[in-house]
Amino acid sequence: MSFVQLCLTTVLAPLFGSIVVGLFGKWLSKSHAHLITIAGVGIALIASGLVFYELFQTEYAPQNFSVYEWAKIGGFSLGVGFLIDSLTVIMMLVVTSVSLMVHIYTIGYMHDDPGYKRFFSYISLFTFSMLMLVMSNNFLQLFFGWEAVGLVSYLLIGFWYTRPSAILANIKAFLVNRVGDFGFLLGIAAIAVSTSSLDYAQVFAAAPSLTESQLTITNSFQVPLLTFICIALFVGAMGKSAQVPLHVWLPDSMEGPTPISALIHAATMVTAGIFMVARMSPLFELSETALLFIMFVGAITAFFMGLVAMVQDDIKKVVAYSTLSQLGYMTVALGVSAYSLAIFHLYTHAFFKALLFLAAGSVIIAMHHEQNIRKMGGLWKRMPITYVTSLIGTLALIGFPAFSGFFSKESIIEAVHLSELPGAHYVYLMVLSGVFITAFYSLRLFILVFHGKPRMSDENYSHVNETPKVVTVPLIVLAICSVFAGYAIEPMIYGDFFAASIRVGEQHGVMTKMAEHFHGVQAMITHGFVATAFYLLLGGVLLAWLCYSLVPSIPKLLAPVLAIPSFILARKYGCDWLYIKGFARLGVGVGKVASALGDRILIDGLMVNGTASMVRGVSMQLRKIQSGYLYQYAFAMIIGLLELLTYFYYQT
Amino acid sequence: MDMPILSILIWIPILAAILIMVMGRGVGEGVKWFALIVSMVEMILGVLLITNSHMSADMQFVEKHRWIESFDIYYALGADAISITLIVLTVFITLLVVIASWTNVKHQMHNYLAAFLLLEGLMVGVFCALDAMLFYVFFEAMLIPMFLIIGMWGGPRRVYATIKFFLYTFFGSVFMLIALLYLYSTTNTFEISQLSNAAIPLNVQIFIFLAFLIAFAVKVPMWPVHTWLPDAHVEAPTGGSVILAAIMLKIGGYGFLRFNLPITPDASRELDWLLIAMSLIAIVYIGFVALAQKDMKKLIAYSSIAHMGFVTLGFFVIHQMTAANTDFQMLALQGGMIQMISHGFISGALFLCVGVLYDRMHSRNIDDYRGVVNSMPVFAAFMVLFAMANSGLPGTSGFVGEFMVIVASFDANLWYSALAAITLIVGAAYSLWLVKRVIFGDVLNESVAALQDVNAREFLILMTLALMVIALGVWPAPLVEYLQPSLERVLNLALMTKIS
Repeated sequence: MSFVQLCLTTVLAPLFGSIVVGLFGKWLSKSHAHLITIAGVGIALIASGLVFYELFQTEYAPQNFSVYEWAKIGGFSLGVGFLIDSLTVIMMLVVTSVSLMVHIYTIGYMHDDPGYKRFFSYISLFTFSMLMLVMSNNFLQLFFGWEAVGLVSYLLIGFWYTRPSAILANIKAFLVNRVGDFGFLLGIAAIAVSTSSLDYAQVFAAAPSLTESQLTITNSFQVPLLTFICIALFVGAMGKSAQVPLHVWLPDSMEGPTPISALIHAATMVTAGIFMVARMSPLFELSETALLFIMFVGAITAFFMGLVAMVQDDIKKVVAYSTLSQLGYMTVALGVSAYSLAIFHLYTHAFFKALLFLAAGSVIIAMHHEQNIRKMGGLWKRMPITYVTSLIGTLALIGFPAFSGFFSKESIIEAVHLSELPGAHYVYLMVLSGVFITAFYSLRLFILVFHGKPRMSDENYSHVNETPKVVTVPLIVLAICSVFAGYAIEPMIYGDFFAASIRVGEQHGVMTKMAEHFHGVQAMITHGFVATAFYLLLGGVLLAWLCYSLVPSIPKLLAPVLAIPSFILARKYGCDWLYIKGFARLGVGVGKVASALGDRILIDGLMVNGTASMVRGVSMQLRKIQSGYLYQYAFAMIIGLLELLTYFYYQT
Repeated sequence: MDMPILSILIWIPILAAILIMVMGRGVGEGVKWFALIVSMVEMILGVLLITNSHMSADMQFVEKHRWIESFDIYYALGADAISITLIVLTVFITLLVVIASWTNVKHQMHNYLAAFLLLEGLMVGVFCALDAMLFYVFFEAMLIPMFLIIGMWGGPRRVYATIKFFLYTFFGSVFMLIALLYLYSTTNTFEISQLSNAAIPLNVQIFIFLAFLIAFAVKVPMWPVHTWLPDAHVEAPTGGSVILAAIMLKIGGYGFLRFNLPITPDASRELDWLLIAMSLIAIVYIGFVALAQKDMKKLIAYSSIAHMGFVTLGFFVIHQMTAANTDFQMLALQGGMIQMISHGFISGALFLCVGVLYDRMHSRNIDDYRGVVNSMPVFAAFMVLFAMANSGLPGTSGFVGEFMVIVASFDANLWYSALAAITLIVGAAYSLWLVKRVIFGDVLNESVAALQDVNAREFLILMTLALMVIALGVWPAPLVEYLQPSLERVLNLALMTKIS
């Protein structure tokens, strides 16, 4: 099979599975439905592997080719095509392998759900959309994939469509993403207009010549064109990758069937924004302002969303907020031009976050759909496999040396430390304290779920059992990956892996400096045990241990002192309140006023019916003249005649 | 082709309609089959029209006969790609409407079908008249069957709606008549192509432009002359709504392309700010108005107005563009034109969906529904698809035109683009909120629980439209390519100056 065919197979196999099961599911048995979709995604995974191999053979030389022309207007051509390089291929592997795991896990998790086949159709469609997004060679197709994953997330969040909370969450997710897409589309429009192309290669080639261009916002106010483009594109990424203030949809997306859709949202879909910025590195490198903006947005997300995770009691929500915080770390990495580190963290995060979500799912199954961690405890005895794998996932998440998260997160912190962007030292403090926060909430979750005395009836506790193999096997596989994925740091970050796909400007030498400090994996681990971050990590772990295991009365004692912060955190800074009670109501209110005042009173009342009644009024008056009395008519005639005569008399 | 195919397309349905009316009630159930055959013949002729046309900007299938000699009025027909596309849309949608009306019209079925066939012939006539007077005759005559459809088979407030509809549109077209008569008095011709080449001083152009504007703005409809549309839609029977939204609104856009841009190019350039402002208000303001609606048909009607805003924005933004070549001006025109076609499919489909619900529940009130997906899963899937298309999801036709117009108008002004792009949020908000309230949720009451899912006939119609929406969204290239020469000709005329 040729390279082009391989790529097409990767994309089309999941689409085929989705369409067959989606449209003809009625005539398929359950096992046929999952076999077809799993085959589709499996083929995609194998094809991705072969693509990787082919690319490896050619030393990661980018492959760029078009599939068909979508539309052509004069010299402005819009197409569908693929750009395959190291960045793409990493994403292809992450997407297809996580997706395959999700498919297999779903067989067990959704076993009794009436929407079984529909679910498989959705997740295969998701795989297709995500692949279209990452493999695209132009902005049009990127936007297609971008919106298509939005559609699937809408469908998945609202999967249980009879639940009011689910159908509120899905419209919310879609609309918040659309706010981001508003920026994204304007960015695309600006690119199209300024470069007459939407093809990556052409746009990137033209970008350096635009550094002097200005965009007129108002007559007296101009911004550099590239800054506008990059920030507009990044607004799109803020929506998809759930950065503050467009983060509100992600925690709610947990309304979908857990933990599978949560996994899709948290481990794959939300990485689209991170991927996009890394893909656009040739553009972002040209705008200092945009990079600065990205760095701060990322830092705010990493720090403040981590804080919220500290007070959540729903097992899924803790993991969701943790995801937000980790996405913040990736964004910070993008901001300091450490694109490869962002992708590297994305890659390690995909494994350990997938592990944590599936472990949470395992706990939820065992607890008969109880999600409140206040009602758990002591589960380690009943669920040893889930316990051990969760421990591994937690260690990876908090960045314990030698686990995968350590390599990526520690590197990001170091990169921020080395960055010369203005304000980078504040951001450094934020990401560093983020380590403490992460360690605290992760251990809090871990201890409350698995340790201590069970906070449930003995009868319930005795019914908790380790989950079946369809659940535990993916856990074990992911746990192994969570341990070892980080060791790829040497070839991926400090080798030539991303050399052809990520472009970093001379002035942003963070990664070059990092390379100077890097003396192999072994040295990094050893250094990891004496780094500042490690002490903060230990501090977080100890505090959590102290508060939730050793002296469980501490949180209660501290409650009055921390009343105000916990009030704010429990309400998630009031964002939801502002958006739903504020913006959404305002929008509908504006609509009602426009409808009542504008349309009904002003236009219909005054203009339309007003004209009508005016015509009526005038004719009512005119009617009076037509009295029907002859003498009145005769009198009028005489008067008129006299007037005419006088007129002519004076004329002549 | 020697056959006068355009005349055949116009007169077959008109003669069939007359035949049905003459036969009266006596025809019985067979009338449905007769109407179906006629509209299928029309569809086949429409396809022949495409396959026999060649890619050029010229008018094809031209027929020209003297009609009223003393005023140089000709029965002149011809079609370029713009006309052909809209004619095919007309015969396609009419065919679907005939099928959709199969069982849900209870009284005077024969007259109902006759009215639609009459309407079909007249609309085809509008799209291929080369003589301005002939255009005017079709343009006005078209009102009569639509007036009857709403007035006879409409809802409780149908009298108010029909009178409003009639006065509004009639009021608009009177100005066009005056403009045409004035043009005749100075140029001695009613031929549109000759009018497009005639030199006209700027102040005269402005008056003529405004006269045409009133006529076509009412038809589109543009803000602020749009309020007849929601009323007409609410009262019209399903078929009437579908034809109204899918085709009749397009006549306004077609008029702008055929009359305003080529005949009064300098006035278009002078007054483009007005049209752009009206379009942007339609997109943003009407979008919010749609959000507040409680009646499904009203909501879709307002959504139609907002979507047609992209058509007029695309057509009139061309004069403000700064790029060195005409690619983005073409992109704007293409966007407007494709938006018309796409809106024909999507709005037609949405009104048909409301019709499907109305046939079962006899209510268009959003609050009377919840959780329809539980009893009508197949229908729900269609509704979600069309709502997504309505909110411009890439991969559906709704995206293509909006995307093109938003990108192209960025070349003129960042703010045009930004305001138009608000539709991304507001359009999705009203479309998906409708879906949330009607389709999703738990079942509201027993009558929703007892709903029957779509039958084979309804499935066929919705599936056909769904395929069109997706096909046009995934691969618009053939249509774009087909339209390109004709739109280039319009652009060239629009960019000329005619001030002598």
